[in-house]
Amino acid sequence: MSANNNAIIQFNHVTMQYDSDDAILKDVSFEIEHGKFYTLLGPSGCGKTTILRLIAGFLTPSAGDIYLKGKRINDVPANKRQVNTVFQDYALFPHLNVFENVAFGLRIKKLKQAEIDKKVTEALRFVNLSGYEKREISEMSGGQRQRVAIARAIVNEPDVLLLDEPLSALDLKLRTEMQSELRELQRRLGITFIFVTHDQEEALAMSDEIFVLNKGTIQQSGTPTDIYDEPINRFVADFIGESNIIEATIVRDYLVKFAGQAFECVDGGFNENEPVEVVIRPEDLELTTPDKGKLKIKVDSQLFRGVHYEIVGIDEAGNRWMVHSTRKAAVGEEIGLIFDPEAIHIMRFNETEEEFDKRIEEFTEVSGDED
Amino acid sequence: MRTRSRNFYLAPYLLWIVLFVAAPILLILYYSFQDVEGGWTLSNYSHFFTSVYMKMTLSSFWYALLITFFSLIIAYPTAYLLTKTKHKQLWLLLIIVPSWVNLLLKAYAFIGLFGTYGLTNELLEAVGIGRQQILFTDFSFVFVSVYIFIPFMLLPIYNSLEELNPSLIHAARDLGASAWTTIRRVIIPLTIDGVKSGCQAVFIPALSLFMITRLIAGNRVITLGTAIEQHFLVTQDWGMGATIAVFLVIVMAIIMILTGRKRRGAR
Repeated sequence: MSANNNAIIQFNHVTMQYDSDDAILKDVSFEIEHGKFYTLLGPSGCGKTTILRLIAGFLTPSAGDIYLKGKRINDVPANKRQVNTVFQDYALFPHLNVFENVAFGLRIKKLKQAEIDKKVTEALRFVNLSGYEKREISEMSGGQRQRVAIARAIVNEPDVLLLDEPLSALDLKLRTEMQSELRELQRRLGITFIFVTHDQEEALAMSDEIFVLNKGTIQQSGTPTDIYDEPINRFVADFIGESNIIEATIVRDYLVKFAGQAFECVDGGFNENEPVEVVIRPEDLELTTPDKGKLKIKVDSQLFRGVHYEIVGIDEAGNRWMVHSTRKAAVGEEIGLIFDPEAIHIMRFNETEEEFDKRIEEFTEVSGDED
Repeated sequence: MRTRSRNFYLAPYLLWIVLFVAAPILLILYYSFQDVEGGWTLSNYSHFFTSVYMKMTLSSFWYALLITFFSLIIAYPTAYLLTKTKHKQLWLLLIIVPSWVNLLLKAYAFIGLFGTYGLTNELLEAVGIGRQQILFTDFSFVFVSVYIFIPFMLLPIYNSLEELNPSLIHAARDLGASAWTTIRRVIIPLTIDGVKSGCQAVFIPALSLFMITRLIAGNRVITLGTAIEQHFLVTQDWGMGATIAVFLVIVMAIIMILTGRKRRGAR
């Protein structure tokens, strides 16, 4: 495979390995397009930060090629790449004030003072920090430092902005605020953002595209709704939101058997009697009386979560079900569950992303279902 | 009650300060106003500001500057490399170990190495350059002094480099700075406190060296340190010796104030 000129960043079979240790990235390939908000999502140690560092140029891949705007950049040092990073700890220079921090990149490019003044002022206005030019970094709050770090990066007009878990040090309220601000900022700038996080809610809220990573490989990539509604495997289903993952057997296409009963579903392309896993999101389950339910569960525990009750019950076959409901139940009570055929998502064991995408596309068309 | 017990704990330290810091300084000050017969005089000071002593002062400063300069340009890159190595604690220990050996022993070791029939000359002869006068030269004096002072320069610089947040270096590179620009605009400004205390720890003692000037430089190099020793032990002109000492104490105090640490977080 050669460089794809439409992609702004392209990874071709990139592997990252230190000495004899296990590889941090294993044969990773992907493409990133211009002007979108991407999120690399995964637990710590999954390789997401490594990908960011490879793009920034702080690491060199052990194998494979990285392309930036169609040019191979494996051997291009960090300071010669048109990408900028917002670091997790912001990495602001403590010996320089806000203005000089933002002006750092411009001074290296040896721009004229008037031009530097103009660009820094504009960048600071962009992040709502006008008037803070003369402040020392030590006088700025966490949220303000975050903005300085963003201004320092975007003032250089990079092709790609890399963000390494920049919100993790902020408290919940500020974090939510910054999420929508970052999203808004990306739209206004129109450049590619690559955002690294381990917080699935953050990823779902902000991204155009999410790459879910685990153990050095990309498990699944797609839009937030794709990944949420159609996870490829147990890891993704579990990592993205709460889910009920139940072992099941395929009777035939569009009919799956679990908890001792066969249920209609909208997925196809399987073998008969193939063992699979079924995912049903807790919010897709509805409470009813035991006689009306497709399934009967006995309530084991209940938690009040504010917007809903989180009810956990056990069915007759011994499967554990989590339900999100605005209705209250009582521990020990028998209740019925109903759900639509569309709520059932079926995952095969060891299916690659390519096979998965192909099957989903093919069989969603046949069933005529767009959901 | 609380302050009383605190004063009680302070007592040994205060006693120490009074006996071994304040009292000697006062004594030196007292002697500096005494002539050889024990009468009060200002002649020591007027004598000090004559060309003989001014020349001596100048050469003291010059050598101390040379020693500090060479220690710095050797210690800074070494400290930087040290923070990058795998077994930094071990390497650091190896560099510090020589400073545990007595100064006099090290000086004698160098006499052996640099002497006319020493190892260095054997080597020079073997490669065909022939024997040279190494001992009792400016070169050997500065060389040995630098060797002795390097750990004192290295440690504070190493500590300040260790405190430096490595993502600042990444940030500088990310913003387009070359390796050299990163050193100049980020690493050096953020470790300048370590450089200052290192220079302080070398320059001040180097100003009053006398043992090495005698043993290695063979009294060819006359510094204020050697002059003080001569006046107290040889000419018995305690007044003059004390005057030079007072001058050195004042200079050191000024240096300490000028290079005083202004704490600035490196995080």
